[in-house]
This record gives sequence, structure tokens and C-alpha cells, in this order.
Amino acid sequence: MSYRNDPYDPKQAVLLSPESLEAAVADAEKAFAQAADLDALVALKPAHLGDRSPVSLARREIGSLPPAAKSDAGKRVNIARQAVQGAYDARQAELEADRAARVLVEERVDVTLPWNRRPRGARHPLTTLMDHMGDLFVGMGYDIVDGPQLELEWANFDALNIGPDNPVRGASDTFFVDVPGLVMRTHTSPGQVRTMLSRKPPIRVVSPGRAYRTDELDATHTPVFHQIEGLVIDEGITMAHLRGTLDHFAKAMFGPDARTRWRPHYFPFTEPSAEFDVWFAQHRDGPRWVEWGGCGMVNPRVLTACGIDPATYSGFAFGMGVERTLMFRNGVSDMHDMVEGDVRFTTNFGMES
Amino acid sequence: MKTSLSWLREYVALPADLTAERLDQALTNLGMEVESIVDQAATIQGDLVVGRVLTIEELTGFKKPIRFCTVDVGREAPQEIVCGARNFAEGDLVVVILPGGELPGGFKIGARKTYGRNSNGMICSARELGISDEHEGIIVLPAQAGAPGVDARPVVGLDDVLVEVEITPDRGYEMSVRGIARELATHFGVSYTDPAAIEHKKGTADVPYAVTVEDTVGCDRFSARVVRGIDPAAKSPEWMQRRLLQAGIRTISLPVDITNYLMLELGQPMHVFDLQRISGGLVVRRAHPGEKLTTLDGVARVLDAEDMVICDETGPISLAAVMGGETSEWQQGTVDVLLEAAHWDPVMVGRTARRHKLFSEAAKRWERGVDPQLTLASLERAVAILTEHAGGTPDERVLDLDHVAPPAAIHLPADLPSRIIGLPYAQDRIAELLTAVGCTVAGSDVVPPSWRPDLLTPIDLVEEVARLGGYNDIPSVLPPTGASNGLTPAQRRRRSVGRALAENGYVEVLSYPFVAPGSADQLGLPDGDPRRSAVRLTNPLSEEEPLLRTSLIGPLLGTLKRNLGRGHRDVALFETGTVFLPHLAETAPPVLGVDRRPTDEEWAQANTIVPEQPWHLAAVLSGDVEPAGWWGQGRAATWADAIEAARVAISAAGVPDARVTVRAAEQAPWHPGRCAAIVVDGTVVGHAGELHPAVVSTLELPKRTSAMELDLDALPDAQVVDAVHISTFPPALIDVALVLDATVPAEEVRTALAEGAGSLLESVALFDVYESAQVGEGKRSLAYKLTFRAPDRTLTSEETIAARDAAVTLASSRFGATLRGA
Repeated sequence: MSYRNDPYDPKQAVLLSPESLEAAVADAEKAFAQAADLDALVALKPAHLGDRSPVSLARREIGSLPPAAKSDAGKRVNIARQAVQGAYDARQAELEADRAARVLVEERVDVTLPWNRRPRGARHPLTTLMDHMGDLFVGMGYDIVDGPQLELEWANFDALNIGPDNPVRGASDTFFVDVPGLVMRTHTSPGQVRTMLSRKPPIRVVSPGRAYRTDELDATHTPVFHQIEGLVIDEGITMAHLRGTLDHFAKAMFGPDARTRWRPHYFPFTEPSAEFDVWFAQHRDGPRWVEWGGCGMVNPRVLTACGIDPATYSGFAFGMGVERTLMFRNGVSDMHDMVEGDVRFTTNFGMES
Repeated sequence: MKTSLSWLREYVALPADLTAERLDQALTNLGMEVESIVDQAATIQGDLVVGRVLTIEELTGFKKPIRFCTVDVGREAPQEIVCGARNFAEGDLVVVILPGGELPGGFKIGARKTYGRNSNGMICSARELGISDEHEGIIVLPAQAGAPGVDARPVVGLDDVLVEVEITPDRGYEMSVRGIARELATHFGVSYTDPAAIEHKKGTADVPYAVTVEDTVGCDRFSARVVRGIDPAAKSPEWMQRRLLQAGIRTISLPVDITNYLMLELGQPMHVFDLQRISGGLVVRRAHPGEKLTTLDGVARVLDAEDMVICDETGPISLAAVMGGETSEWQQGTVDVLLEAAHWDPVMVGRTARRHKLFSEAAKRWERGVDPQLTLASLERAVAILTEHAGGTPDERVLDLDHVAPPAAIHLPADLPSRIIGLPYAQDRIAELLTAVGCTVAGSDVVPPSWRPDLLTPIDLVEEVARLGGYNDIPSVLPPTGASNGLTPAQRRRRSVGRALAENGYVEVLSYPFVAPGSADQLGLPDGDPRRSAVRLTNPLSEEEPLLRTSLIGPLLGTLKRNLGRGHRDVALFETGTVFLPHLAETAPPVLGVDRRPTDEEWAQANTIVPEQPWHLAAVLSGDVEPAGWWGQGRAATWADAIEAARVAISAAGVPDARVTVRAAEQAPWHPGRCAAIVVDGTVVGHAGELHPAVVSTLELPKRTSAMELDLDALPDAQVVDAVHISTFPPALIDVALVLDATVPAEEVRTALAEGAGSLLESVALFDVYESAQVGEGKRSLAYKLTFRAPDRTLTSEETIAARDAAVTLASSRFGATLRGA
């Protein structure tokens, strides 16, 4: 070996010594660990992994070594370089994770701040209750029918066997108008008369809607109120079917404990007739029977007036007040609340009742 | 109908241990609505005892004479009691309530100092105990009434149970002890004694007084008897007074009390004439129109040709079946009486009672139906009681003009009860139940009893079978299911629209449809506006609001004001409801019968008078639609929100936006420059915008209050929606800013652009409206974003620009629009 012909400074071969390389790795690891953030870490990269870094300079020395030593030295340098790079990558991952976590903390908001920038409205509970009731009957095979609220006197009274001398036809019960022969319907039953005139049995209809009677508005009365009435006409329809229907409806409305209790009563349009109570387990003052509505078998006179042969067909009818139902079901204690349109009352119910 | 349990027990063998609950249940299941069942013993609290008056010391020097008594009430020392009555003597037995007790009406009894003496309790009058009206002195008991100190309640009849029931209008027979007792006997299966089943005199050929019945339809039976020489001072016996009081009927005199008592017991209203105050024969006839009669209540009445009257030779002396007249009635001092028991046409009585607003106890019974076979038995009882208590001599002759038709037999098919009730009823069971209510059953022929005029048709008998068989025994069976068509398009539309508006911030209200005549003026409706033509209630609850609404907005604004008055500032309301639009031409409808279906022609003709009653939707809003908050400023409601509410509703109704256009309109009650007509398929379906400032001012509403109203029934039904082809190719976006006259509606510019752009246009959206001097006086710039896309390829820029140019060209040719910056 001749040193004269070699420009390489053998003193520098010391960089390739295992001690030097270990020191370079240790220095790098220490520096990276001390980097406080990603910017500091990137700033350290040239000193430990750049062209002038100890491991890069050491790699350059390999050529000056005798061929026999090159292989060993090359492996050492590679190991050292990988260690430095590994330390860098690990620290970088650590700092990136830190930064991601810090961003989440910094972006924390108060999720309890109100955001009612677009206030919701509400549907009137009488509407949603009538929809709910109507849907239950649609599920039982009924159609929903309606009719005019300013109605023919014949459809509101005569056809329903409410004769001309019946006191309810007086001005102290019924609203009359300046057109003779018309009244504000006193129940939704004339809608059923119209149904019987326009359809042939089998008939299964309910008629939810508005009706009018000359009661002054007070806590339990309103001159404008809502009813839902049902009518079923077919061959072989019985009071047992009426009872089954009302019991099922009561359970669907108020839960499995609900059932009905009947009291004989008189209505011109049905015979036999009954008033019925419902067992209402959820009453705010404890479970109890609550008066709910009236029902009965359609009077043959009504069927005849509407063109249905009572010798072939029989039918039942029933009806209940929607306001009354809302009162006991939802604990409304004053009719004024349903009538006055105060947004606080209705908004409380939201989209369902 | 008020009565007492002891009275009922006279005719029905009710169980001795019958509780109030069981009685209530029995009456309810029989079809009587129980108003109250009151145990009288419980109406007086504390010690009510028999006392013996030991000493009486008269106290003087007060305004009225006062007695200081010592009374033996069965205790160690006599009770000292001050008493204002004077109708008793030392040694008499009296009724004493002791301190701590309470009389009816919440009158608490204590020990107190009065008139300078101690008074420990009170000696009671009958009125104070609530057993009769008697208050002239205290009750002096018979000598054998009981030992001092024993409970006085049974002694004075305060051990009874009072029953008050509401009778349905079809069951007149239940307006009597006789009828209720019969029903209870059937219910409990116990024996019954008919109080009318007594031996009685029959009509005689020679009559005690001449009577002619001219109208046997109005009066199909007229019976009468005469008693002469009664003691005019005779008083009604205490038991009778008590029962009348319990029934809520004032005691008047023995003869009148007897008729009232028998009306309660038997159900037969009767009348007492003073024989000396009537002259000539009696005539029973219809009144002559305009004839006058002063009834017992002192009211001079003008009679109607339908009224029935009883006349003597002076003219009408009694408004038959309803109320007697002043000149013929029993009066103080009457000694000779004519007792009348008749049977009147229920329809006649009902009309007369309503016409004269005389709803007497008698009229109530006549209207519901009275047994026509009761007259002679009632007279027999009346004569017996009268002569027992007032002496006198009954005339042996009996008047009885009987034109009563016997009840017709009803054919009851054997299977009808089972077929209607849904519970098998054997024929003998049916016969048993019908016999129990008094029917005569022979095979399938049923003859109802005379007291059941309500039983006329087979279904009436079915009701009796079901009722007596027990309603609550009827099984609960669901009928076969039907085939529903679901909601109609109109019903679905109303629901969807309501839900959409609620979700968009509007609160639903249900206003009364009654409006004031001045409302049309307040809303500034011009003369001739069809909304001014309204149906008028002839008997409105409030004379101020007799009209039916022709628009929802008036009542809705009233509700808005109520909310504002209660301190709400930001209010958005909506209502769906019907309006009432009268027909201008009205012809009298045909009279429809009930014995058959009206023909289609008759029905159609009848319906021509029924006003159109379309469903409308209206919304009103004022204040902020978006409130201010920590996020910043709020946003006030404007005309645009009202128009958007209309769009939201129409969209929810299933009408595609493409079929909806909006154009400027002038329509009350809106601001003429801020009102939009909402048009669907070329038809105006409603209006929306800001209310006219004059309307806002008149109604004292907040400025800028806005409103919308649509005719929901004018909207087309939702149709099956065709799916759009979704292109997966990229869009090409181009913005254009057009300068044109500010008066050109943006909606029309949008339409022109869309038309001109052709089929490659996917959407066009206005994103800026700009006015300035730079744009030019009277001009404005409308900036649109056009989105183009082809279904089958990526558009080239040449294609896109060509389409854009076509759009602009059309807008230019239509409105003179120029491309801004071009």
C-alpha cells in the first residue's frame, strides 16, 4: 500500500469506526427526542441525515478503505443510517399524533349552545289526534269521508230519524243560516248519510271533522268542536261487532288494558243505542272509567231513508268527541286552550299529540 | 226525575241490603242516567236526637219573644237551648241537634252565648232539616216518637235514600215511581205491585159535568170526577209533603199536592178545577189563532191554532196539558173540585210547550208519552186521598170520553234479536224478557203495554231484549275486515301541507269561522269582491260575528293579535279549514221525505243550495322568522317568506316546482306592490305577500305583517312522478349577468333563459340582484348560474357556450337584456 499516491486523508477514516457511528446515532436520537414540534424536527434533519451529516460523511470514507474492509464498513454505515432515519420517523409520527390530538382539543366547542335559528312550528293536537284515530280505522279497513259543514237540514236531521219536532232542531241547539234548509251540522253524521247515498254496502267509513252547536265557550264546552264517527253496514253486522270494534279501537288508542263499558241510551239514529265509557288506565288522577261516546245499531228508518234495505243489511255507528278525548288523554283541563290558538299550547305538542 | 228509595220500595220488593252502588249500577244498566243517589241520613252530621222539653223560660226585652229551654237529651244534665219558636210546651218531644253537628247547607252547630244565655245546640224545624218547607215553628213529635237521646233521623224520615235519574226522551213511563219500580223489579227479578192496578169506578152514562171533546186527535181521552164540600183548610199530610219536597216540587194545597203526588207516583198529570169558578159545559178544542189566555204563572198568552185549550162558556180556561188558567184553577177557599185526568197528543204538547216556553213537569211527561189507561185509576186515588184528608162528598158519576186506540201488535221475526245483537236468544227467552216489561207475547206477535207508546217496530223490541238481557253480556267480536282505499288525494294533501308548514316554523291554529260584517272593510276588500258575499247565521252566539268566513285570513289575524297581546313577538301561524261561499242563485230545495231514498235528481237538486266549502290554507307571520341569538342578527319576516310558505305548501302537495309560477298581483288585503299571485298550471290558486299598510294600520298589526292564502282544493292531485335520468358526466357551469329594465320580473327572465338554453340546461339559479348608477337608471343586473350537462357525454366548451348564447339571445330579444361586461 502506498500512501503517497492516495489523496485520501487516512486520519478521517476514523469516522467509520464503530464508536464514531454509534456516537452519531446517539447524537441524532438525542436531538430528535428534544425536538419540540415538527418544525424543529425538520430543522434537525440536515444535521443528522443530510449530505454533511456524520453518517453521510462516513459513507464517503468507505472508498478509501482497503477492499477487504469495505464490506464491513458499508454494513456498519447502513445500519447506523437506518437507525438515524428510524429515530427520525418515529419522532415525526409521535409529533404528528401530538399535533392531531392538540387540534382536536383546540377545536372543542360548547355543544350546549342553543341553535334554534329556524324555530320549528307545530300541528294542532286536535288535528294530529284526528289523523291518528283516522289511521287506526284505515288500518281496520275503513275509508275516511268528509262532508260539508254547512249542511242540508235533511241530511243533518231528517235522514237520521231526528224528526221535525225534536227539540235539538231548535235555535237553542242548532245554528241556522239565512238560507232556508241549511244548518251548521250538529254532528259529522250527515257525512255518513252522504256516504250511504253514494255507495252500496259493504260500507266502512269514519268521518272525523268539525261540528257546531250553540253552546257558549267555557271550560268544557265550545260551539265549534270535533267528532269522529264511524259507520259499518254489511250483511250480518251485529252489536257484538260494534263492541269488538270499539274495544279494539280503545286498545289501539290507550293500550292493552283499555276496554269499553256500555250503558243503554237513546239516540234517534240508532236502535239499540248505548253510551260507552272507556277504562283509561293512564288517567292523571288514577285509572278510571271515562265517558267517551255514543253508539248503536243503525236505525232501520235511517237505512230506508238512505236507500239501504234493512231486511238485507244491518249496521252499526259510533261517535266520540275529539276535544273530550284530548282532555282526558292529554290532561287538557280547559277548552279555551284548544280554541284560542296560543302558540304555547300547540308548540308543546310538536308534530304529534 | 227525583224520588226516594222508600217510595220505590212500596211497589218493588228490592233487596233489604241494597247498596247505593248496586242501585246506581242497576239504574244505569236499565238506561237511566243516575244524577245522584243521596243517603239522607248523611245530610246531617253529628248528633240529631229526640229531646223532651223540661222547662221553658220566656225571655223578654228583645225584638221578638225568645225562649230559654232546658231539654232532656238523654244525658246526665239537661241541655240548655235558646229557641225562637213558640209552638211547643213543656213536656213536648222535639228534635235537637247537639253542638258539633252540621245541618244541610253546611250550617255548623256550636255552643254559644245568645240573648244573654248559653245555648248548647238547636231545636230544629222541618225546613232546617231539609225534609219539608215547614218553618212556622219547630217540629213537635208525637208523644210516642221515642225516648230522649235516641237518633231522631228515622223518627222524622231522614233515613231515606234520594234518587235522581235522567230519563231518555223515549221512555216517558220512567218518569214515575210506577215505571222505575217496574224496571227495577225486572232487573232484580223481584215482585212488583202496579200502583195503578186498583179497583176503580168506570165511566158512567150520566156525567158529573158536561164535557165535549171536539178534537180527539189532540185529546183522545178525557176523564173527570167531582168532589164537593171539602175542607178548604185541610193540609197535605206530612208524608206527602216530604215526598213532594224530595222530588223538588213545592207544596201548594192539598188538592194540588195530590195531583202532583199522583203524577210522580203514576205518571199521570192531572188538573184541579174549582167547580164554582167554571160555568157551562167544558169544551176541549184547538185554540183559535190569536185567542188569549192568562196562565197560572200570570203570563197573558196569545194562542196558536195548534194549541189545545179547555174552555167553559167564558172561553179558554186552561192551556191543555201544559198549564192551567188563572180564572178556573183551585184557589184558597175552594170547596167543590173537578178533578181532570186526560190523555193528550205528545206532538201537540211538545210544540205547545216549546212555543210558549213552558216546560212544566206535566209537559215533560206528555212529550215523552203517558199511559192512556191511567186516567180512571188516577182519579180513584185522587178522590180517595182527598176525601180522607179533607172530607167532602164524591160525586158517584164518572166522566170518561175514551177514544184511545189500542196498541197494535208488532210482528217480531224470531231470529231478529239474535241477528242484530249477535248473541243467540231463544224464542222463550225473548218472550220472557218482553213479558217482563208488560208486553203480551203470542208466538211472534207482540202487543206492547199501554204505557209503552215507544214500542212500535220490531227493532224497538230488539232494543228491549238487548237492554234487559244486559248490554255488557254482548260479546266483543271484530267484524270481517273491509278493503280500505286509504286516504283520498285531498286528505293526503291536507296532511302533507300541514306537516310541511309546521316543519317550516308555522304553528297550526283552528279558528272559529265566525266573522264580523266589518271584517271585509278592515281587510280593504273592494265592492263587488266575491269574498264580501257571506252566509249569515240567523242565531249567532255573538251578534257581532254573524257571518261565516269566506277567507281564512280574517280569523287567523285575530289569533295572531291574541298571541301578540300575550307577549309573543315572533309569530307564524297557519290554518287549514273550509270557507263558505254562498251560491248567488238560490232556489228552494225540494222537500225530501224519509220513507225512501231521494232520487239522484232530487238529491242533486237539494244540493244546489249547499254553498261551496273548499278547503283553504292560510298563513300569517310577523316579527322575526329567524331569531337573533348568540350567532348574530335575526331575520325579519317579509313578503318573501309568505310566498315561500305558499311554495312549500304546493310542493308538499306533490305539485312539481316546474308547474308553479309566481307573478305580481294586486289583491286585497295585500300591499299592491308586494303581492304575488300563485299560479299552478296557469290557474291562480292563491295569493301571498305583505299585507297592505292600511290593513296593518286598521288592525293594529306590526308593520310588515305578511300573509298567504291558497285554495287547497284548486291544487291538482299529486301525480305519479316520472324519474329523471341521472347523468354521470361532469357539469359545465357558466355565470351570466344580464342588465335589463328593473321592472322585468325575475321569474320571466329565468323562464326565458331556461327556454333559450335548451335541453342541455340542468338548472338555472339567480345568485345576485344588483342596482347602481353604473348599471343605469331604472336598470338592474340579474346574475344567474347556469348548469349544463349532457346525458351521454362530457360537454365541450363550444357546446356549452353555444347553449349559453342561445339563452342570452332569447332573454335579449324578449326583454332587451344585455350581457353585463360584454
